[in-house]
Amino acid sequence: MINRRTFLQSSAAVAAFAASAGSARAETPGITDTEIKIGQTMPYSGPASAYGVIGRTESAYFKMINDQGGINGRKINLISLDDAYSPPKTVEQVRRLVEDEKVAFLFQTLGTPSNLAIRPYCNANKVPQLFVATGASVFSDPEHFHWTIGFNPSYQTEARIYGKHILATKPNGKIGVLYQNDGFGKEYLTGLKDGLGADHAGMIVKEASYETSEPTIDSQVVTLQGSGADILLIAATPKFAAQAIRKSYDLGWKGVRYVTNVSVSVTTILKPAGLEKSKGLITAYYGKDPTDARWKDDAGMKEWAAFVGKYMSSKELSDANASYAFGAAQTMIQVLKQCGSDLSRDNVMKQAANLKDLELPLLLPGMKINTSPTNYSPIRQMQLASFDGQSWQLFGELLMG
Amino acid sequence: MAEPGRALGVLVAIAVGVFALAFPFAASGYHLYQGAQVLILMIALIGLNLLTGFNGQISLGHGAFFAIGSYGAAILMVKAGLPFWAAIPLASVVCFIAGFLFGFPALRFGGLYLALATFALAVATPQILSYNGIDALTGGSQGLTIAKPAPPVWTGLNSDQWLYLVCLASAGALYWAARNLVRGRVGRALIAIRDQPIAAETMGINAALYKTTCFGVSALYAGVAGGLSAIAVGFVSPESFGLALSLAFLVGIVVGGLASLGGALFGALFIEFVPNIADQLTVSFGEGAKALPGAIYGVLLILVMAAMPTGVAGVAQAAARALMSSWRPSHEKGGVNVAANCQGKGEAP
Amino acid sequence: MGEFLHQVASGLALGGVYAIMALALVMIYQATQLINFAQGEMAMFSTYFAWKLMDSGWPYWGAFAVTIVASFIGGVLIERLVVRPFANAPVLASVIVFIGLAFIFNSLAGWLYGYSVTSFDSPFTGRPWFGAGYMSAHEAGSIVVTLCVLALVYAFFRFTPLGLAMRAAAQNPVSSRLVGIRVGWMLAIGWGLAAAIGSVAGMMAAPIVYLDPNMMGGVLLYAFAGAVLGGVDSPFGAVFGGIVVGVLGNLVGAYVVGDEVKLSVALAIIIAVLVWRPSGLFGRKLVARV
Repeated sequence: MINRRTFLQSSAAVAAFAASAGSARAETPGITDTEIKIGQTMPYSGPASAYGVIGRTESAYFKMINDQGGINGRKINLISLDDAYSPPKTVEQVRRLVEDEKVAFLFQTLGTPSNLAIRPYCNANKVPQLFVATGASVFSDPEHFHWTIGFNPSYQTEARIYGKHILATKPNGKIGVLYQNDGFGKEYLTGLKDGLGADHAGMIVKEASYETSEPTIDSQVVTLQGSGADILLIAATPKFAAQAIRKSYDLGWKGVRYVTNVSVSVTTILKPAGLEKSKGLITAYYGKDPTDARWKDDAGMKEWAAFVGKYMSSKELSDANASYAFGAAQTMIQVLKQCGSDLSRDNVMKQAANLKDLELPLLLPGMKINTSPTNYSPIRQMQLASFDGQSWQLFGELLMG
Repeated sequence: MAEPGRALGVLVAIAVGVFALAFPFAASGYHLYQGAQVLILMIALIGLNLLTGFNGQISLGHGAFFAIGSYGAAILMVKAGLPFWAAIPLASVVCFIAGFLFGFPALRFGGLYLALATFALAVATPQILSYNGIDALTGGSQGLTIAKPAPPVWTGLNSDQWLYLVCLASAGALYWAARNLVRGRVGRALIAIRDQPIAAETMGINAALYKTTCFGVSALYAGVAGGLSAIAVGFVSPESFGLALSLAFLVGIVVGGLASLGGALFGALFIEFVPNIADQLTVSFGEGAKALPGAIYGVLLILVMAAMPTGVAGVAQAAARALMSSWRPSHEKGGVNVAANCQGKGEAP
Repeated sequence: MGEFLHQVASGLALGGVYAIMALALVMIYQATQLINFAQGEMAMFSTYFAWKLMDSGWPYWGAFAVTIVASFIGGVLIERLVVRPFANAPVLASVIVFIGLAFIFNSLAGWLYGYSVTSFDSPFTGRPWFGAGYMSAHEAGSIVVTLCVLALVYAFFRFTPLGLAMRAAAQNPVSSRLVGIRVGWMLAIGWGLAAAIGSVAGMMAAPIVYLDPNMMGGVLLYAFAGAVLGGVDSPFGAVFGGIVVGVLGNLVGAYVVGDEVKLSVALAIIIAVLVWRPSGLFGRKLVARV
């Protein structure tokens, strides 16, 4: 036993030595003269599998880049693993990516709990955790987590915008909030209260939550209606948002309805809810909706359609998650271009925090992505829009939450 | 049992033991994490097997006890500053009490009704964990981050090796305890209650006490597993303890083999690695098939059950028996196949 | 008061869907003493089938009928090909197979149709019934359909030779075989009927909850609770239980504890009822024979 153990110990030491000798040759793991290896976890199975399309779109986008010759002669190899939206599995898969596959960095790992679970590991090992796919506000914290950077506007930012708009337009309104009972929904509640300010927090007369395991939220909408609220904030994922829009209309809701920009796709959400029933909805918008007719002749939208036509299938064309991923992948490419020949983890992180006035084809006109070592929120701008029964009409100016 | 069989069993046990001990000194940190996960799952599966395999009470809700263990340990470590070796046992005691209490209403239910009651527990768990009223303790839907326990300096181990060895020691001790439990009076009583409840009671076995205690012990095992998982993962959140976890445990004990403690290891290996294999296999179905791991996992699951309806342990037992009878014909036959006898009781005509 | 009636009405409509689903669970339970965890996903798949038909121009009732028949055949095939080989395996092995089936259907649907929600037509259109609009036409219609399905099931088992044969096969397989009933086929037909009834539940649920691969997960959970509450060997009990669960869930959430923990509380109430009546409200009490 002892002999065997010492033998194994020494062989492990040899292996470790060999590994360190190897890494001395290639300075950054995952980077060779011909390849950039990137890792990602995605919920391809399990309760959040609707988001799996994000990983597939990004893989397809990098394939297109590779077909066009890659970045500085290097092809991008995205290893996208299933974590079933379970944090212990995410940790396992990320360790596999970093330690076994030796990826250079992580890109768009999806989900609030999953990213929270891997954040300490990434920061302790100095592995960039780039553009995490979640709107939780906690991921823009460069002071404590240098290696973790967000991407989309946080849910709190968005909700603050609604709060301010309500104060400006209906200071005497009574607000009812429908929210998903998890980190996503609760961030809206926090943001809304923040936007209203302590003096006006009393405007929220009723909060009703739902679980994703529930078949419908009809009952919650009835409760909100009964509370006498005349402003409704719908902080719900697509299916439940569609139900809430329809049910509130059917109940004869008279007041204003705000809906989270997670659930504003014209074809996949408002149409099932009923276009007539969706009239008058307000949201804060940042990405062009591929299903909104107003962007029909938009150059960015044509780029998107051309990409989908060649690398994906027609059902992804209208998928808001897919068009979101399109923008994230383009941002990633921009970072890699900025890195030039220095693809060390340090430099990748530095460039990710050094985006200047980047415009993306699917962001609203005039909207720019900016990051800095103290600003880890790439997309911060939004614009209010209301639905006229056909498409979203932008109004007001670009807002910073 | 016959001598050759015993020798074979001892041999296998030694081989597994040697491998498990040598593993941390040969494997990478990532593989050690996987190894720790397997050991953690194995502890939970042994616990569930005591309840379902040996005592015939179906639980679809052991994820709930796992969650109590995880959150209990995390809260004691993060909020009360206890070291992990104090936090995990304390959290498991809480689990024992919770399981023991849950065992009382469970006494009233047979088969399917117990399945529903425990199913309800599994469904309600994430909801209760994210309840606003206890945010201060649980961190709400943001969860809690736990610092990895540092190994004692004198060991010279890194934290992955240390965590693995802690899990291995716990799994070894709990396996040994369970083995002694089921081989003695208690085990015979549990099996008697499962197979012949009325006869068992007439023989003076206090079925109610045994069943509730069994529930408690089973929950304690799940709690230890949960606590270890909290320190191994370094993070707890409501999403980690959904219905999927409870179903995975059930899959684990059936694939491993009901009423077999050694089978728990195979069950744990299955639920740890087969989903990864399914994910890998999607690649061979082309680009769009990234969405298919669930379907492939389902197919693999059905195929495994078709090949081994009594689980890995059942097949191993049958193979061992076949081997034995080729050595010693005639007697030694007629052993009861425990796995095949499980469940389905309580539905007497 | 208006709000209270609204809550009850929407609970009734959803309860109707739970009830049909519970009935499908009872079909298989009666014959095999097993709960089919894949029932919800099978129903979801049937609903996509109906949607495909309508999408390609079929009228509603035509698609409705064809879907029921196709689901029946699908159910029989699943029993013959996938479930039958486990007839002699331990009970829990079959349960694992059901879990595997649920994984397969869910993942396949996501792959074939994507995860976006799809609207699904209802045959019941026009003004909401009962003037004040407490219930949409579809909600009212789906309650009527629930009652029709229950009546048909009742009549089938009570008055038709096939129904009687199935009951006999479930209650005493050995004697049934002796009088010439083909017990194996009775099981397969039971699965077919369950799939057909499930498809009705799916088509009634889809206009309310929208069609997507995860649409039946929650429905199955409540249906399971309803079936157990009512007594899982009693079709009437299952329907009653399903409706009670639908209404109870709404009222508990709206008036008792708030929506955050309504599911937990509703389930706790059901467990409390079961402690009082362990075989459900209308179930037969089991007496073990020594």
